[in-house]
Amino acid sequence: MESRANVFEVRDLEVGFRVFRGHLRVLDKANLVVEHGEKVGLVGETGCGKSITMKATIGILPIPPAHISGGSILIDGRDILKLRGRALRHTQGLLSLIPQDPSASLNPVFRIGTQLADAIKYSTANANLGRKAIRKRSIEILSEVGLPDPERNLASYPVQMSGGMKQRVLIAMALVTDPLLLIADEPTTALDVTIEAQILRLMREAVDRRDVSILLITHNLGVVREFTDRVYIMYAGQVSEEGATSDLFSTPLHPYTQGLIASVPKLTGEGVASGIEGMVPDYLDVPPGCRFSPRCRHTMPVCSEKPEMRLPEAAHGVACHLFSPAPGEEKPCSN
Amino acid sequence: MLQLSDLEKHFPVRRGPFRRVVGHVRAVDRITLSISKKEIVGLVGESGSGKSTLGYTVVGIHNPTGGRMEFRGQDLLAMRRADPRAVSKEIQIVFQDPGSSLNPKRSIKQTLELPLRVHGLGNRTERLETLKELMRTVELPEPYLYRSPSALSGGQRQRVAVARALASKPDFLVLDEPTSALDVSVQAKLSNLLLALSAELELTYLFITHDLSLMRNVATKVAIMYLGKICELADAQTFFAEPLHPYTQMLLSSIPVVSAEEETLKPKHVVPRGEVPSPVNIPSGCSFRTRCPHAMEVCSAVDPEFVEVESDHEVRCHLFAGIEKEVRARAADA
Amino acid sequence: MSALQDAPRLSHPRLRSAARAVRRSWYKFSRNRLSVVGLSAVCIVILLALLAPVISPYPRHAGKFVDFANANRPPSWTYLLGTDVVGRDILSRIFFGYRFSLLMGIIVLALVVPPGVILGLIAGYWKGSWIDTVIMRITDVFLAVPPLVLALAIASVLQPNLYNAMLAVSLMWWPWYCRLVYGVTSSVRNEFFVQAAEVAGASKVHILLREILPNCVSPILTKISLDMGWVILLGAALSFVGLGVQPPRPGLGTMVADGAQYMPDSWWISVFPALAIMFVVLGFNLLGDGLRDVLSVEEV
Repeated sequence: MESRANVFEVRDLEVGFRVFRGHLRVLDKANLVVEHGEKVGLVGETGCGKSITMKATIGILPIPPAHISGGSILIDGRDILKLRGRALRHTQGLLSLIPQDPSASLNPVFRIGTQLADAIKYSTANANLGRKAIRKRSIEILSEVGLPDPERNLASYPVQMSGGMKQRVLIAMALVTDPLLLIADEPTTALDVTIEAQILRLMREAVDRRDVSILLITHNLGVVREFTDRVYIMYAGQVSEEGATSDLFSTPLHPYTQGLIASVPKLTGEGVASGIEGMVPDYLDVPPGCRFSPRCRHTMPVCSEKPEMRLPEAAHGVACHLFSPAPGEEKPCSN
Repeated sequence: MLQLSDLEKHFPVRRGPFRRVVGHVRAVDRITLSISKKEIVGLVGESGSGKSTLGYTVVGIHNPTGGRMEFRGQDLLAMRRADPRAVSKEIQIVFQDPGSSLNPKRSIKQTLELPLRVHGLGNRTERLETLKELMRTVELPEPYLYRSPSALSGGQRQRVAVARALASKPDFLVLDEPTSALDVSVQAKLSNLLLALSAELELTYLFITHDLSLMRNVATKVAIMYLGKICELADAQTFFAEPLHPYTQMLLSSIPVVSAEEETLKPKHVVPRGEVPSPVNIPSGCSFRTRCPHAMEVCSAVDPEFVEVESDHEVRCHLFAGIEKEVRARAADA
Repeated sequence: MSALQDAPRLSHPRLRSAARAVRRSWYKFSRNRLSVVGLSAVCIVILLALLAPVISPYPRHAGKFVDFANANRPPSWTYLLGTDVVGRDILSRIFFGYRFSLLMGIIVLALVVPPGVILGLIAGYWKGSWIDTVIMRITDVFLAVPPLVLALAIASVLQPNLYNAMLAVSLMWWPWYCRLVYGVTSSVRNEFFVQAAEVAGASKVHILLREILPNCVSPILTKISLDMGWVILLGAALSFVGLGVQPPRPGLGTMVADGAQYMPDSWWISVFPALAIMFVVLGFNLLGDGLRDVLSVEEV
C-alpha cells in the first residue's frame, strides 16, 4: 500500500477530435502511472497519441475540435479534469514542462534573465521573492544546469546561444519552480547527438539530485533505454506495452515493440531491418479492438476485441491477445 | 566516379549598413574525397559540419569557391557550364525534409513528370508509362500519382522524392539525410528501399547523415566531417573495427543504443563535452581541439594533415602524426 | 494539363480530389458566420448590379431623367429610398451605381494584378541582385505618392471621367501586389522543392510560374478580395470630388456628393448611397477575412 498518491496518473483517458471528415477517436482508454522519484518514458511514433496525452495534462489541448470523452488525469491524487480556476492552476503548477524545440520555446525579444525571472515569479513556490532574490536564484539555477558564466547569460538574448545552451535554460526554467513532476517533451530531438548526450546526463543528475519525477516523451528508443526506469509504449492511441526499461528492452513482448526495436539500425552491424509492414491507421477508420492487428504477423480473430493489459512477468505488462490466458493456461511468449 | 580535390565553399559574412564582408564561413574547407562506382559513401557529421553544403555543391546548388570536382574524369564545373541539363540528368539529390521537398500545390504526377519533360524523355504516353514504373519501383500505388503531397505521409513523400531523383535514370545520387525526419519503422523501410535500389540500378550514393548506426549497416565507406573538414575517412569495415579520431569516438559514445551488445561496442571512458564552435570563428590549428580530451600544444598551432594509418583508413589528428612514418618504415623493412 | 487530355478514366481522380478540396474549404469557411455574411453581401451586390435593368423599379432614372414634380421626396412606398434633387429614384440609381463600383474594382484589379505579380516574382526570385534592387526601388517610388494626390494630378491633365480614375488608381495600386508576391517568392524560393526543380534543370519560366506562383495564389486571392472594397471606396471618393463617375450617371460617390448640400433636410439623398457603399465594402472585407482564414491554413 502506498502512503501517498502517485505523482501522476492517467486513468482510462479517452480523447477524440471532431473534424471535417468525421470523428477521430485518438486516445482509447490510455493508462499511465508515474510514481515518486521515477523516471518514466512514453514512447511512440508520430501520431500515436503521446503528445495529445501531454497536451491534455498541461491543458493546451485545443478543446474544440478536441474533446476529452472519458477518464481522468491525476496530479498528486487530484483529478485535473474536474478542477477549475485557482485549484486547477495550483495543481498544474506542480508540473513543469521541458519543451521540444529550444529555438522556438524561448521568446526571441526578451533576455534570458527576464524570461527566467518570469518563470520564478509566476511559480507558486516562489511567489513573493524580491528582485535581488530572483536574480540570485536565477544565477544558482543556471550554474546548476551547467551554463558557464551565468551572469553573462542572464543578459543574453536567445539568438546568441546555441541549441544546447538554450535547452539548458529551458531545463533551468522547468526546475526553478520546484515541481513535483517534470514532463520532457522530446527534449533532445532537435539537438546533435553529442549535445544530446550531455543534456541527458544533465537531466538525469538534476532529477536524481532533487528527487523529482520525470515523464520523458520521445520517439527515440535509445534515449528511453538510457534514461528511464520504466517505459510505456504507445501505438495508435493505445498503450501496448509497459514495464521496467531493462526488462522491456531485453525481452520485448508485444509484436509492435519487437518490430520497433528491430527497426533501429544497430552498431553491431546486423543490416537494415525491414521495418513494420503496413501503415499507422487513420484515426477516422480505426480497427476495432487491438489497433495494431492489421500489421501484426500473429494476428488472430480474437484481436478484434481490445486486449487487456496483462502482466506475464512481474512489473512487465503487455496488451496483446498472445498473452491472454486460454481457458486455464497462459500462452508462452512467441518470438 | 566522383573525385573531389581540395573542394572549398566559403560564404561571406557581411556586417554593417554597407554590407561589408568581415569574414568567411568556411563551410566546406578543402575536402578531398573519391567515390567509386556503386559505392555508398556515408558522410557523417553534426549540424554545422558542412556536410549538407558539400552535397549541395556537388549537385550544383552552390558553386564552389575553390578546389576541383571531377565526374567520370571530367571537370564537373566545366560540364555544368557547358550543358547543365546533361549533368542534372546524371547527378541527382534527395532532400531531407519530406514536408518541403515536394511542391504542395502540384500533384505527384506533375512533380515526377518535371524531370522527364525537362530532359525530353518521351512523349506524353511514354512519360505516363515511365511514371507508373517509377511508382512501382518505389513501391507506391499508382493512384497516388494524382494526389497532392499533403495527402501522403512523410515516408510516402520521401519515396516520391526518391522517385523524382530516379526519373532521369541518374548514376549518382546525393542523399541528404533522407530518413532523419521519419519515424523509426518508416526509416527502416526507406533505408531498405535505398539499399535495394543501389544494387538493382547500380547506383552510387553520397549518403549524408548524422546517424552512425545507420551507416554501420549501409555504407561501404565512411567520412566524418567536423566544421568543414574531414577528420577520418575509412572503408566501412575498418572504420567500425577501429575508430580512431577523438571526435569519432565522441560521436560513437554519444549514440543512445537499444541493446546491451551495442553498449559493449561503444568506446569507453569518452565523455562528450563542449559545443560546436561557431563556424564564423573556427579555432586555430585543429578545429576540434576545444573539445578534445587529448588536446596537446601542437593542436592549437598546427592544423593536422591526413595520415594513412592503415590501407583505406586515414585520420587527420596529431595523435597519429608519427604513425605513417612508422608504417612506411615497417613496409620498407619487410 | 495533360492529364485531362489523357484517357477519360484518369481525369476522375483529379476531379474527385478537387471536389473534395472545395467541400473541405467550404466547411472551414462556413464555420465563421461573418465570412458567410460577407459572401452573401457580395453575392447580393453582384446580383443587384447584374440584374439592375430588370429589378429596378425605375430603370430609366439611371440615365438622363428629370421629374421635378417628384423631386426631393422622402422614402415612401412609391420611391422606397426617396428621390433626389431632380426626381430620380434613389433605389434604382443605387442598383445601377453598383455596376460602376464593381466595374471599377474589376478593371483596376485586372490591370494591377498581372504586372504586380510578375514583377514581384522576378524581384523575389533574384533577390539580392540588381534586378531586385531596380524593381523594388521603382515600387517604392510609386508607393511614396499619396493616391488621392496622384489621382487629382492625373485628372487635371486628362479628362475627369471614370476611366481616367481607374487609370489613376491602378498606377498607385500595383506596387502592393508586387510587394506581396516579392515577400512570398523570396521565402518560397529557398524551399527544397524549388531547389529540386532547379537541380532537375527546369527553365526559370517554369519555376516562376509553375512552382512558385501557385504558392502565392492564396495570399493574392485574399488581397484581391479585400482590395475590392478599398478600390470601390477610393472610386467613390474620387467620384465624390468630381473625378470619377460623371453626372448624370449614378456613381455612388457622385450621389453622396449631390446630396451633401441638402443635408440634413433631404438626408436620404446622401445617406442611402453612403450606406450602399458601406454595405459592399464591408461585404468584401468580411469575405476577404474569411478567405484569409481558410486559405492560410493548409491542413485541417
